[in-house]
Amino acid sequence: MSASGGPAVLAEALTKKFGDFTAVDHLDLRIERGQVIGFLGPNGAGKSTTIRMLCGLLLPTSGRASVAGFDVGREPEAVREHIGYMSQKFSLYGDLTVRENLRFFGGIYRVRREDFAERMRFAISMAGLEGRQNALVHTLAGGWKQRLALGCAILHRPPVLFLDEPTSGVEPEARRQFWDLIHDLAAEHVTILVSTHYMDEAEYCNQVALIDRGTLIAMGTPSELRGHRLSGQLYELRCSPLGGALKALRGVTGVVEAAIFGDRLHVVLAENAPAGADIRRLLSEHGIQADLPRRIMPSLEDVFVQLVSRGAEHRVTA
Amino acid sequence: MMATPADTAIRVQGLSKSFGSVRAVASISFDVVRGEIFGLVGPDGAGKTTTMRMLAAVLQSDEGEIIIDGVNVAAEPERVKRRLSYMPQRFGLYDDLTVSENIFFYAELFGVSRTERTTRSETLLNAAGLLSFRRRLAGQLSGGMKQKLGLVCALIHTPKVLLLDEPTTGVDPVSRRDFWAILYDLRESGVTIVLSTAYMDEAERCSRLALLHAGSIRYCDTPARLKEAMPGALLSVSAADPRGVREALAGKPGVLGTLLMGDRVHVRVDDAGNRIPELQALFEQRGIATAPIERAEPGIEDVFVALVGGGSRS
Amino acid sequence: MNLRRLLAMALKEALQIWRDPRSLAVALLMPLMQMAILGYGVSLDIKHVPLCVYDQENSQTSRAVVDRFISSGWFSVSHVITRYSGIRRAMDRGACIATIVIPVNFSRTLSATGSAPIQAIFDATDVNTTNIALGYAQGVVAQANADIVAQWDAAHGVQSSADSGVQLDPTVWFNETLDSRYFIIPGVVAVILALVGAQLTSLTISREWERGTMEQLISTPISALEVMLGKLIPYFLIGLVDATFCLSVAIFWFDVPFRGEIATLFVTTALFNLVVLGIGYLISVRIRSQLGASQIALLVTMLPTTLLSGYTFPIDQMPAPIRALTYIVYPRYYVTILRGIFLKGSGLSDLWGPMIGLSLYAAGIIWLAARAFQKRL
Repeated sequence: MSASGGPAVLAEALTKKFGDFTAVDHLDLRIERGQVIGFLGPNGAGKSTTIRMLCGLLLPTSGRASVAGFDVGREPEAVREHIGYMSQKFSLYGDLTVRENLRFFGGIYRVRREDFAERMRFAISMAGLEGRQNALVHTLAGGWKQRLALGCAILHRPPVLFLDEPTSGVEPEARRQFWDLIHDLAAEHVTILVSTHYMDEAEYCNQVALIDRGTLIAMGTPSELRGHRLSGQLYELRCSPLGGALKALRGVTGVVEAAIFGDRLHVVLAENAPAGADIRRLLSEHGIQADLPRRIMPSLEDVFVQLVSRGAEHRVTA
Repeated sequence: MMATPADTAIRVQGLSKSFGSVRAVASISFDVVRGEIFGLVGPDGAGKTTTMRMLAAVLQSDEGEIIIDGVNVAAEPERVKRRLSYMPQRFGLYDDLTVSENIFFYAELFGVSRTERTTRSETLLNAAGLLSFRRRLAGQLSGGMKQKLGLVCALIHTPKVLLLDEPTTGVDPVSRRDFWAILYDLRESGVTIVLSTAYMDEAERCSRLALLHAGSIRYCDTPARLKEAMPGALLSVSAADPRGVREALAGKPGVLGTLLMGDRVHVRVDDAGNRIPELQALFEQRGIATAPIERAEPGIEDVFVALVGGGSRS
Repeated sequence: MNLRRLLAMALKEALQIWRDPRSLAVALLMPLMQMAILGYGVSLDIKHVPLCVYDQENSQTSRAVVDRFISSGWFSVSHVITRYSGIRRAMDRGACIATIVIPVNFSRTLSATGSAPIQAIFDATDVNTTNIALGYAQGVVAQANADIVAQWDAAHGVQSSADSGVQLDPTVWFNETLDSRYFIIPGVVAVILALVGAQLTSLTISREWERGTMEQLISTPISALEVMLGKLIPYFLIGLVDATFCLSVAIFWFDVPFRGEIATLFVTTALFNLVVLGIGYLISVRIRSQLGASQIALLVTMLPTTLLSGYTFPIDQMPAPIRALTYIVYPRYYVTILRGIFLKGSGLSDLWGPMIGLSLYAAGIIWLAARAFQKRL
C-alpha cells in the first residue's frame, strides 16, 4: 500500500468520452479507507465506465483519479496490484478444486511463497471450506462459491476491493454471512466498492453514491438518502380496486405520485396535500374502499427512481 | 378439469422433477387465482426455473399435475401453449431482428390479426417506452429495454396466463418500475401472472408468494401475512458504530438475530414492547451512542431467513 | 401445418441470414472460392511429366514421335539414354516417371505394315500420377496416329486397318481432350453444394439453443414441422442459387461440355439439396452447440463426397466392400447423375437408378429430420 494516509479513492473532474458521447462527466468522488460504498445508477449511467477507470482498465479522457494512492492514468499497473475484483459471476474454475483455484489466483496476484500458505488458510476458513480443500468447485453450493471467490479476490490483501452485484441470487442466509465478511474486512481498513442494481445490497453499504448521466447526483448513508431526498411524504394505502384508485388519485392537487405496489398503493403526498381521511373519502366517492393511508419510510429504490427521473425527464410510470 | 373452480387459473399438484440424482422440484402444490401476480421466490438453485419450464410445457414433469386455464399441461401441451406466454430467463429475442420484426414474428406464430397486431404493439410499445426504437436491432437495446421488448412480444397475443422467469435480473430500478407498471396494468385486465425472482425486495410487489427452498415450497401467502407470520419483531438501531451495537447484543436474552447493515443494525427480538427499553438501557450502560430504537418493517428476506433459514452452512 | 407460422419462420430465418455477414459469405462466396480452388488447384492434370527417351532408331519418324510428346506440354524430356540400364537408373533416382522406348526398326515396320509398337514404361510408385501420365501418353500417341495413318493410307493408296499406327491403344471415352477437369468438375459441384448446404443448416437450430431463443420458441404454438420447413425454405433457395452459380462456372468458365437437359439438372439438384439440408438440420437438432454441429456437418459431408462419391477416386476401382459402401453414401448418386447429364447427355430415362436412390434418400432424411425435433427442453 502506498505510504500516504489519504483517501482510498479520490477522483477529481474525472471524465471519459467515447467519441461524442460523454460517459463520465467531471465526476468528483472521495472515499475514505474502511468504507463500504455502494455505486448505484441506471444502465448506461456511467457506473461501469467509472469503475473500469478506477481499476486502471480504461484511461480517463481528462481529470484524474487515484486508488490506494496510485494514479490510475500514470500507474495503472500499480493500481491493479492494489485492488481486488469480484463479480457476481464468480470467475472461479469449476473443474479445479478449492485449493487449485486458490493456488492459481495466488500465482496471478504474485503472492509471495512464504505468505501463501497462511493466506490460503485464511481464505479457506473465511469461506467455511475447511476439510473441503480438495472438492471440485462446481460441486459447491452458491454461498460457498461466492465466499471462495471473495477469498480469491483478497489473497493479495488488496487495500481496495471492487464487487459487482456480489450477492445476487445467493441464499439469504449465505448472503448475510457474506456481508458480515465484508464488514469484517472494512473493519480492517479495506475499502470496498459495491456496484449494484439492487437496493437491498445498497442497504448494507455505509455510503451510497448515486450516479446518473455521468455525474454523481447524490451521496450519503442509506438513512440520509431515505430521509431527505424525497419531495413529499410517502404513504401506503390499502384499497380495492387498485386500478380505479390509481386513476382517481392521479391529478389530485398535492398527490405527487401514485403507484401500485403489490396489493397496495404507494402515494407521495406534498405538504399541501389533503389529509389521510380526505383521501379515503375521495376514494369512497369513486366507490373504492380504502384504509387510512399510513406513512411509511421510503425505500432506497423510491429515492433512486425519483432522483434519476427528476434529472433525466425520464417518463416514469411508477 | 371439472374440479377446477372458475377463479383458479393455475392448479399445481404434487409436481416433481429430478435431474439425475438431484431433485430439482420436490412435490410442490399451489393454486394461482385468476388475476393474481404470483411470485416464486427463492435463491438460485431453489427450483424456480425448473418449475416455470414445467408450467410453460417446455419441460416434462416426472410426477404431478398442472392445470392451466382448465387444460392439463401434460396431456395437451400444445393447447396450453396457445393460452399462455412464457418469457424465459434468457429472453427469446432475436438480436439480429429489429424491435418491429421481433414483434411481427411472435404475432404471426400466435396468429394475431394484422389490425390487432398494429394496435396492440402500439399500445404496448408506448407503455414500455420503446415507441421510438421500432427500427432498432434488439441486440442494440439496453438490458432493461430488452426485457420490456420481451414482455411486449410475450403479450402480443393477449395471453390468459403470463409466465416470467426472473424477468428483472440485471435491470436497473427505473426500467424495473416501468416493467412492473405494465404488469399491474395487465393484472387489472385479468391476466394471471406467475413470476420467479431471487430478489426478495421485488417479491413484495407480488400479490401472493411461494417461498421456494431446495425444490419445495416452504410458505405460501400474501407478503403482508408472511410478514405477520414471522416470529418476533424487527427493530432498527441506527448508530455511528453499528459493529459495536451488534457486539453488545451478542447472546442477550430475547435477541433472535442481528443483521449488520450499512449504518444501522436490524435486531430481531421476541417481543418489541419489552425489549426496546431493555436494549436502550443496555446501550446507555455500555456507552454506545445510538438513535432511538425504532420498529422496522421486516422485508421478505427477513421473513425468508426467519421462516426458511439457510442451507448453505448446514 | 399453418401457413402463416411457416412463412413467419421462413421470413425470420431469411432476415437473420441476410443480417449475418458470416453466413452470407458462407452461402454465396464460399461456393465461388471452392469452385476456383477445386476447379483449378485440385485439378488432377499434371504438366511436364519427366520423360526418359530411349530412341533406338533415331530416325526422322521416331524423332517426330518424341517431338509429339514434348509439344503436348504434358511431358518434358529429362533424359535421353542409349542403353536399357539407363532406364532403371533414371527411375531409381526418381528423375523420370515415364520412359518411351522406340525400337530399332520402328519406322521400317511402320511404313511396311502400317503399325509399329513403342514401349512405354511407367514408374508406378504414385499410381494416380501414373494413371494420368498413361492417359496422356495414350492421347499423344492417338494424335500421332491420326497423322501417321493418314500418311500411310495416302502413300499406299489403301484404307489401313483399325489397329494401324503406333501401338498404344488410345481408348478414351467422353473425354477426348484428356482433360481430367471435365470429369472432376461435376463432382466439385456436388462437394460444394453438400458442404455449404449442410454447413449452413447445421447452425440453424443450435444457434437458437445457444442464444437462448429456443426456450421461448418451443413455448409457442409453432409445430415441429413448421419449424423445420420454415427454417429450410430460405436455405433451399440459397442452395439453388449456389447450384446455379457453380454449374454456370463449370459450363461457362471451365468449358465443361453440357449435353443434357436443364430441367433434369434442376430436378436432381433440388433433390440433392433436400438431402443435404435434411442432414444439416438433423445434425443441428441433435447437437446443441454451433461449433460441434458445424464440425460434424463438415465430417459427414466432406468425407463421403470427396472419398466415396467417385468424385476423384473412380468407384469401379474400389475394393468390393468399399464399393458397396458407396451405395449408402448420398453424393454417389448425384455425382453419377451429374456426370451423366453433363458428359453423356443422359435424360431421366437413363438415370432412373441413381434417381431412385437419391429420391429415397431425400424422403428418408426429411422424414427423420421432421421427427427429430421435439418441442421439449
